[in-house]
Amino acid sequence: MADTPARIPEGESYIGKSVVRPQAARLLDGRGVFTDDLRLPRMLHVAFLRSPHAHARIVSLDARAALAIPGVVRVVTGEELAGVCSGWVGTLAHFAGMKSATQHPLARERATWQGEPVAAVVAESRALAEDGVARVAVEWAPLPVVTDPETALDPATPVIHPELGDNLAFALELKSGDADAAFAGADHVYRDTFWMGRHTGVTLEPRAIIADFDPSERRLTVYHSFQAPNMMQDILARHLRLPEHAVRVICKDVGGSFGIKVHIYPDEMATCALAVLLGRSVKFVADRLESFQSDIHARDHRVNAEIAVRRDGTILGMRVDDLTGIGPYSVYPRTSAVEGNQTIRLTPGVYRFRDYAARLRVVFQNKTPMCQYRAVGHPVAFAVMEGMVDRVARELGLDPVEVRRQNYVTAEMYPHTSQTGYFFERLSHEECLDRLLALSDYRARCAERDALRAKGVYRGLGLCAFVELTTPGPAFYGVGGARISSQDGCTLKLEPGGAVTCITGVTEQGQGTDAMLAQVVASSVGVPIEHVRVLTGDTLVAPYGGGTWASRGAGIGGEAALQTGKALKGNILRVAAAMLQCEPDELDVRRGKVVDSATGEVRLDLAELGRVAYFRPDTLPKDFQSELTVTRHYVPRHQGFAFTNGIQLSHVEVDPATGFVRLLAHWVVEDCGRIINPRLVDEQLRGAIVQGLGAALFEHCVYDAAGQLLTGTMADYLVPMAAEMPDIVVGHVETPTAFAEGGFKGAGEAGTAGAPGAVLNAVNDALAPLGARVTRQPITPDVVLRALGTLA
Amino acid sequence: MDAGEAIDITVTVNGVACRRRVDARQSLVDFLREDLELTGSHVGCEHGVCGACTVRVDGVLARGCLMLAAQCDGSAVETIEGVAASGTIADLQAAFAVANALQCGYCTPAMLLTADALLREDPGLGADEIRRGLSGNYCRCTGYHAIVEAVLATARSRREARGG
Repeated sequence: MADTPARIPEGESYIGKSVVRPQAARLLDGRGVFTDDLRLPRMLHVAFLRSPHAHARIVSLDARAALAIPGVVRVVTGEELAGVCSGWVGTLAHFAGMKSATQHPLARERATWQGEPVAAVVAESRALAEDGVARVAVEWAPLPVVTDPETALDPATPVIHPELGDNLAFALELKSGDADAAFAGADHVYRDTFWMGRHTGVTLEPRAIIADFDPSERRLTVYHSFQAPNMMQDILARHLRLPEHAVRVICKDVGGSFGIKVHIYPDEMATCALAVLLGRSVKFVADRLESFQSDIHARDHRVNAEIAVRRDGTILGMRVDDLTGIGPYSVYPRTSAVEGNQTIRLTPGVYRFRDYAARLRVVFQNKTPMCQYRAVGHPVAFAVMEGMVDRVARELGLDPVEVRRQNYVTAEMYPHTSQTGYFFERLSHEECLDRLLALSDYRARCAERDALRAKGVYRGLGLCAFVELTTPGPAFYGVGGARISSQDGCTLKLEPGGAVTCITGVTEQGQGTDAMLAQVVASSVGVPIEHVRVLTGDTLVAPYGGGTWASRGAGIGGEAALQTGKALKGNILRVAAAMLQCEPDELDVRRGKVVDSATGEVRLDLAELGRVAYFRPDTLPKDFQSELTVTRHYVPRHQGFAFTNGIQLSHVEVDPATGFVRLLAHWVVEDCGRIINPRLVDEQLRGAIVQGLGAALFEHCVYDAAGQLLTGTMADYLVPMAAEMPDIVVGHVETPTAFAEGGFKGAGEAGTAGAPGAVLNAVNDALAPLGARVTRQPITPDVVLRALGTLA
Repeated sequence: MDAGEAIDITVTVNGVACRRRVDARQSLVDFLREDLELTGSHVGCEHGVCGACTVRVDGVLARGCLMLAAQCDGSAVETIEGVAASGTIADLQAAFAVANALQCGYCTPAMLLTADALLREDPGLGADEIRRGLSGNYCRCTGYHAIVEAVLATARSRREARGG
């Protein structure tokens, strides 16, 4: 090539560069391929009859009128589908004493939440299937409902699943040090109750699945808007009684996930069972009402917190009691106990006090099942902890910045094990705080706030420090018996033309997994990033892996790609050395060329190497075999999780007349270890913060006393839109992990972890001169006006 | 509601005239996606809030879920596929890519059409006006900051191109 330089003195690293995501152009042209965009030959559509009651017995079901509609193919009930698909129980063995009832794809005998699928109508179009649903006649016998977690364990409350004995799914007590002694010796003790309302993910693309069963080979191919294709493959195989290798799960473009699309949903299992039953392809796409009724909900906690302090603001101890309602079933296979477990384990982790006692009770209720959603447990934990820290500062007349600083786990304390047993390799609370104060011009804003108060303008500033659990090893699910991979693999193939194909088990839902992996691969192999193509989301071709959740894509998938890249480079150099009759260590791969490692002199183009290796291996030594496809795997072995940390600051203005909270600005300084793509990390933080802001101010799944969901449309359930959202300023500290060569940790959930606590503290800062304080989210105008005493 | 009567319509979609028989109840976005296989327009809520189905009808933005296909008889409809191919929003698309103003990409086609309409109406608009103008389009991934940044950058470059 004419423009090839004679020498390449050094390779190019893409780590730390804001590379544009490879799929951006396709998505911007409207050429994304989401699951609902696919259509298969003779594909049928399913719509579900869902329970209109929160708890009711199915007395009878008459499908004759539905079957009379031309184009309606079949109406299937729970009893019939149970013969195709076995039931499941959402428990994990390492949660001692945890229990849940067997759940089926379609309710049998009894429906336990409003929205539970009861019958499936399969038709030639979705519209016809919905026509059929409208004509299925069901006679219901309503049963008493359990809605309020506070009374779920009372002896007078009906038990949702009599075979379980009570409505308690899981209970846990944690003790570190001697909390009673700390409280006994404290100058001051403060108590509060926090309520964190139910909300949900509202992915813009609803859940979607197409199951295609070929009876001749008994093979099932599933196109699924999902985060963890191997998990789905395993579960489908076991519950549909198919060999593992007969099930292939393919994830095309996924229109947002956030932990919504990582669970087993009865309607999706039913769709796959129907494909097996009918020997046809069947599509299910949730509509928005179905999404609100059947996507997992999140949070729903009542936390009683007590903090013991010295008069100088030193925290001596804390007690926490978390009660959380999870709907009628613990969700399979990750369970609905992880959220509460993480809440009480994470709560004290930012601070150094040791005396801590916590109790968790996870209870059943007749509402939509609750499970892991972005930042599992974190937003609850840090709203409570940081809410209490600000309370301490206010009561004692101390600076909230200094109270944090004097109680932090500090730089010289690492490695550090938290009160609840979490291992922190190295965090950077003090550095993040200093950086945040400078970035936000915090002191000037405090002065401005104080000046405006004299004019009747109520602004507030709220800090929220946090840690984020990322990059989990097998301690999360595997040890509890769930077949969810914590390791991930990467396969790299040098194509004959010199490009590199990357196939991996981590998946892409918009985070930028593909770009991040291309950067790591291009840097570690030594090729231009344009020469790397990444394929994710296909269980037939990708190495076995966990997918994308718990901020594991970069920490695990990135490290696997790094190790694979190094291995491929080594193999390329062995081929080159054979061709050039020298030693591999005399050579290097830089910018797509094999060069002399000492001088940088270009010796060989990778396309020439590929030509020889694939088409003229006869010209290589007879005892030499080239290996230009390599696979490596990675699992974190040296720590259970790679914890990250950061701090957020919210700036709000509260109108005491209307109770409206206006978000003025938001800042975050976060430390996710070595940053692969700064722009992508910034945008993960911003998007996650806005999800936290929605939870703090707007989003709420509201139920009436009968268990009826009152917020089934986007007109009733408020999501953050552009006009209400502030600009978000992002800063970074980089503390790479030393346990993995890349130094990468996760960044996907930090924003959501801290935003609700920051807003809570900002609102309370604004309300402080009015003598009011809120501890309930979402902080709607109603909540503010009640705190002010305007509303009774 | 049952399928009811079928209606013959002639509609120009992305410059191509097409004649189809549609169910009276079929929405415009379902017609585009299912009958014409133009899957760039997305279905998010089907009740006019999320904005993912936004298309142009006779040059004006419309919610594809709140309009029936039959109402478009005789109209000219433009979708992301046609608008992208025209090259008229290439600058906006490039600005979105650089700012990472899209993550999953599901809201993106409608967001682009809405942003382009705002820019055509007033290329001098500022961040607050952009936020208000985009507030009928829901994005769960980005938090909007990068979208506003990309639209502002395009406004700037369009003003400069016009010598403003």
